[in-house]
Amino acid sequence: MEDLKKQIVEQLNLLHIKPADIGDDQPLFIEGLGLDSIDALELIVLLQQQYGIKLNNAEDGPQVFRTVRTMADYIKTHRAKQD
Amino acid sequence: MKPAIAITLRERTIKETLENTSYITASCSIGGNEVIKNGTRFFENHGTSVQEFLLSVYQYLGSAYPRFYKMDNLSRLGWLTAELLLRDSVAPGTYAPEDMGLLFCNRNSSLDTDIRFAETMKTMASPSLFVYTLPNIVMGEICIRHNFKGENDFFIFDRFNPLFITFYMEQLFSSGAIQAGICGWLDLIGEDYRACLFLVERKSRGQNLLFTEQHLQNIYLLQHG
Repeated sequence: MEDLKKQIVEQLNLLHIKPADIGDDQPLFIEGLGLDSIDALELIVLLQQQYGIKLNNAEDGPQVFRTVRTMADYIKTHRAKQD
Repeated sequence: MKPAIAITLRERTIKETLENTSYITASCSIGGNEVIKNGTRFFENHGTSVQEFLLSVYQYLGSAYPRFYKMDNLSRLGWLTAELLLRDSVAPGTYAPEDMGLLFCNRNSSLDTDIRFAETMKTMASPSLFVYTLPNIVMGEICIRHNFKGENDFFIFDRFNPLFITFYMEQLFSSGAIQAGICGWLDLIGEDYRACLFLVERKSRGQNLLFTEQHLQNIYLLQHG
């Protein structure tokens, strides 16, 4: 999850945030890290570029991108399927 | 009776002239790794890239505005120039949001970010870069920051054009579209950048210069050579 946090900070240009300061279960959007809809698109790009995972169903987005942990779980599940 | 009428007409002319007069109440320019506010050097940091320099200005200002980090370089340049221009110049709430307008001009539009975005298209297009592929996005960033809701216009010219700026701003003032505004030049391509913005108001704040083509030109040349 630490690598994923670094990737999020880099992909979203969150230069004011240290990866270690992002909590595993901290909400990424609105009251948490304060990400917006453009950031959500960047997270989709990150999944595809870094892990080769395509988010086919947009309705899954809010659940997948809720926290770093939910993202990591999604990556783990879909990587296992790829293997 | 004749002299009295003459005086009345003269007074009316003076009154009308004053009513149609605008003032440059502040100016701020950023270029050559220096920041100049109202003719005085405010900050400098030589030997850095444009990105590093703009970040150092932001840190020097001590603003807490995380959105700044997401902006492209043109928006960062404009945001910082407007931030410094307005700081200690006009109190928030002086004007209704709808009464504050923006008029910017530049030479290279949003080409700097357009090129970066085109690069990302070779692999995977970046949504966050795409949103900055228009020059007027910087105006949106400034309006969000300062809650401005008045007229916004961005024009592309080959060079700084004070005649057009004074003409267009006076039109906005005389039509009642705005009561005050920020106008000027905001250009960036690669490591070449230049910003020179003016706060223009109907009311003078002390010894302000009249809003004329010549005064804009003089300030621009003084700060950018």
